[in-house]
Amino acid sequence: MSDAMRAETVRITGHGGDDIEASLAHPLDDARHGGVVVIHHMPGYDAATKEITRKFAANGYLAICPNLYSREAPGASPDDAAAAARANGGVPDERLVGDVAGAVAALKALPGSNGKAATIGYCSGGRQSFLAACSLPLDAAVDCYGAFVVGTPPEGVPLKVGPIVHLAKDLSCPLLGLFGAEDKYPSPEQVAELEQALKESGKSYEFHTYDGAGHAFFAPDRPSYRPEAANDGWQRIWAFFGQHLAS
Amino acid sequence: MCTYLTETVELQGSGKGREGWFPVTRATVYFDHPVHAPAEHTLNVDLLNPGLGASARVAMELDPSAARALATAILEVLGSAPAAALTEARPVGA
Repeated sequence: MSDAMRAETVRITGHGGDDIEASLAHPLDDARHGGVVVIHHMPGYDAATKEITRKFAANGYLAICPNLYSREAPGASPDDAAAAARANGGVPDERLVGDVAGAVAALKALPGSNGKAATIGYCSGGRQSFLAACSLPLDAAVDCYGAFVVGTPPEGVPLKVGPIVHLAKDLSCPLLGLFGAEDKYPSPEQVAELEQALKESGKSYEFHTYDGAGHAFFAPDRPSYRPEAANDGWQRIWAFFGQHLAS
Repeated sequence: MCTYLTETVELQGSGKGREGWFPVTRATVYFDHPVHAPAEHTLNVDLLNPGLGASARVAMELDPSAARALATAILEVLGSAPAAALTEARPVGA
C-alpha cells in the first residue's frame, strides 16, 4: 500500500461565495478516505496547523485547513493576519460556518472521498468545531479545549463571540472533547456544563480531561505542551475518526 | 488559557516594520499567548496602520516584568524631558 501524499495551498469557495485560501493534504493511493476539516487556532493559519493537516493525511484522511483570515489579510504572514483578525474581534460565527461548509464540499469533491467528513479545532477552533457540527451535517467533530462554548468573554474584550451551548440540541454527529484540567477557558466547570447540555439532548459524546494539562497541551512548539496528554489525545482522535469516518 | 484582554489606543507616530518605516495610527496591547516568546503568556504590543494592511505591524512580546519596566522607563523619560521639548513634539499636521 502506498504511503505517498500530496500537500499544497489551494483556493476554495467559502462563505458568501468568497474565494479563500486553504491548505490541503491527502493520500495519493486509490482507496476512499474520510475527510477532516482542521480549524486553526486564534494565532492563525500557521505552520503548526498546516503540520497537523499533513498529519491527518499521513494517517489516511483527506484533510483541509481553510485560512479563516483570508479576507482580513490576504497574503499577510499568519501572525500579522492573526493580529488583524484579533483586533477586529475574531471570525464571525456565520462566516465560520460558511467557510467550513466550503471546506467540507471541497473534500467531498475529491476523487478519494468516501463521502464522510468531520471537523477538528483547537482553542478558538475548538468552539468553532462544535459550532460547525451544530450547524452542518457532519459525521464526527472534535473540540480541543474550545473557549466560550459556555460562558462569555470578560468585559473589555474585543472578541465578538457569545456562548453557543444552547446549540447542543442541534449537534449533527458524535463529539469528542479533549480538555486540560488546569485550563480556565474552558474551565472544568464549563466543560461539565457542556457535557450536561449534551446529555440532556441525548447526544453522543466522549469527553476526556487531562490532569496536569492546561490550555494548548497539543502544541509541541509551546511551553503548554504536555506530551502524555497530547499522545493520549491523538490516540483518542485516531480511534474516534477510525470509528466514525470509515467507509 | 486565552485571555483575549485587549486595549486599543489610537495614536500618531512611526514604526519600522518589514518594509521599512511607516506611519503608525493604532496600538493594541493585550496579554495572551505569544507567537515567538518562550512563555505561555506575554504582554503583547502591536503598533499598526490598518490602512496599509495587516503587514504594517511592529510586534513585541514581553514577559510581564519586562513590560512593566518598559512602561516605567517610558513614563520616567517623558517625565524628565524638558517641557518645552514635549510641547514642540507634535505630530506633523497637528
